Amino acid sequence: MSPVLVTANYKLSFDALRSELQGVDTWILVLDTKGVNVWCAAGKGTFGTVELVRQVETAGLSEVVSHRKLVVPQLGAPGVAAHEVRRICGFKVVYGPAHARDIKAFLEATMHATNDMRRVTFGLGERVEVIGVELAAVLKWIVLIVAVMVLLAGGESIVDRVRTVMLTASPILVGVLAGVVLVPILLPWIPGRAFSLKGAILGAVAVGTTLALTPGGHSTAVNIQLFLSGTAAASFLAMQFTGSTTFTSPSGVEWEMRRALPFQVGAVVIASAIAVVRVFGG
Amino acid sequence: MTTVAYIRGVTTIELDSLLCNGCMMCIKVCPHPVFTPLKRMVEIREPDLCIECGACALNCPEDALSVNPGVGCAAAILKGWVTRSKPDCSC
Repeated sequence: MSPVLVTANYKLSFDALRSELQGVDTWILVLDTKGVNVWCAAGKGTFGTVELVRQVETAGLSEVVSHRKLVVPQLGAPGVAAHEVRRICGFKVVYGPAHARDIKAFLEATMHATNDMRRVTFGLGERVEVIGVELAAVLKWIVLIVAVMVLLAGGESIVDRVRTVMLTASPILVGVLAGVVLVPILLPWIPGRAFSLKGAILGAVAVGTTLALTPGGHSTAVNIQLFLSGTAAASFLAMQFTGSTTFTSPSGVEWEMRRALPFQVGAVVIASAIAVVRVFGG
Repeated sequence: MTTVAYIRGVTTIELDSLLCNGCMMCIKVCPHPVFTPLKRMVEIREPDLCIECGACALNCPEDALSVNPGVGCAAAILKGWVTRSKPDCSC
């Protein structure tokens, strides 16, 4: 009577499940989600009723086990209709815990998941873990933009050019880091519910501080230009973090995007206008 | 921070109590404390905690729940606007 556990062919999911199952006698039925994790694949429907039923039939599961039960990870539920699976192939879907780490306790408790096993949290550790993904995505843009700026900058030597660029670019880079690194870390403690607002608040503080501490300082026009672009970058990038969280609804993200994007774009437009006037007007 | 509410009053989750048979499947599949069990039925207690993943509606054998499911991801929604298609994350 070994239970059948269902998972996706995302390597990390499969390995996490397998390593939790040492010394436990089970079958694992792997759905083809094209290497995508269970929760995301369920949202797309690739981890879903049709694929589950197909794999049950392909594996000849009704010949392999005598019982008629499938343990599906709870986060697969957005793609799987339990009552449909039963109607089509006769197997009863039992939703297991949200995390593989609880699978042993779940099986020992005769397939009962406690409330804690059903919940998805988003603590400091989990937030820090996902920062790297976003950071890697913006880092290549930063390197590219700074490189172009160094090429275009005036100055006698490369050292001069880099120094000029860093004086101008550093407040914006601070804004980028505020949005990508600081907002995720400090998320629950920053005022506001909208991520774009949290990003704007933290960005304004971080960019403002950087400008105030800049040796020699900039002209007022340049200060305004850098403050607006740095804060807009922080706000926009903080908003992107909604995709990494476990508690943002699409309706909520759309709500804040419709309100925040005009401000973010507006700030960049004003900053660019100042830059154009400075270069060509004065 | 186990139960953090996001933007208030915008989620699309709805329950038709007349159709609910009290099977509690929605409570089993929901990753947040959105539902509360009542006698032989459930109640949406915290609609602001709903992430609109669609698991409850899909697993409700009586079609008592409705929600406009999707991904709560700015990049996916932006991409959807630009390409005029359904938001789809590339994760």
